[in-house]
Amino acid sequence: MKFSDFVSADAIRSRVTSHTKEGVIREMAQALVDAGSIAANDLESIVKAIMKREDLGSTGIGRGVAVPHTKHPSVSRLVGTVAVSHDGVDFESLDGEPVQLFFLLVSPPDRPGDHLRALENISRQLRDDTFCQQLKSAKGAGEIQHLLEEADSHGVAS
Amino acid sequence: MSEEVVSREVVVGMPHGLHARPADQLAREARKWRSRIELLNDSQRVDGKSILELLTLAAEAGTRLVVEASGPDAREAIEAIGSLFDRNFNEQEQDASR
Repeated sequence: MKFSDFVSADAIRSRVTSHTKEGVIREMAQALVDAGSIAANDLESIVKAIMKREDLGSTGIGRGVAVPHTKHPSVSRLVGTVAVSHDGVDFESLDGEPVQLFFLLVSPPDRPGDHLRALENISRQLRDDTFCQQLKSAKGAGEIQHLLEEADSHGVAS
Repeated sequence: MSEEVVSREVVVGMPHGLHARPADQLAREARKWRSRIELLNDSQRVDGKSILELLTLAAEAGTRLVVEASGPDAREAIEAIGSLFDRNFNEQEQDASR
């Protein structure tokens, strides 16, 4: 799976302003609404479901990266977006690092394989420190999208 | 000090595979031990103490993996990690909300 298979380009945000977990998740979900990837009516329910998932254990996966996510019946395919926080947000990650790079995923309840392959793609690409740093310091959403496209073209899609 | 290498096969029994939450639990458990912990599938060998690395396995339900521990507490570490898989990371108790 590639980034372009699930990242909604119009919902990428290079500078989120919230300093809390819920605030960032809300900004990202709103970006998905604005991009037309999820319905405005579903915003609250999706944010709530993502926060509920966070209660079960942080989705901070290390290296300043988090993958907040949920299943939600309102989507028929995996949708997601990317955001960067310049200040970093405390996500209670295992390595204690504040999170600067977020990948938010909303998947249909019956597609666990797609969700797993999106996580695989994100984590495999982010093992590359340079890539990780470039995303965190990107100047705008366009630059993030360009970096993702570049990664898609080198990475072997699985 | 003995530097033992111990390994055992495990099966991913969770219906949603080795997704973010079990990967987090696994890395947390692995970090309790001094031994190096690695997980292997057919083509990869990853650090069991890193969630990010574990997620690159994309191990779906039914996947067989080998856990390998090397170090002074390898035996105990394998037992603890093996038991997480044997218990399916306690997934049933928490419904399927990932």
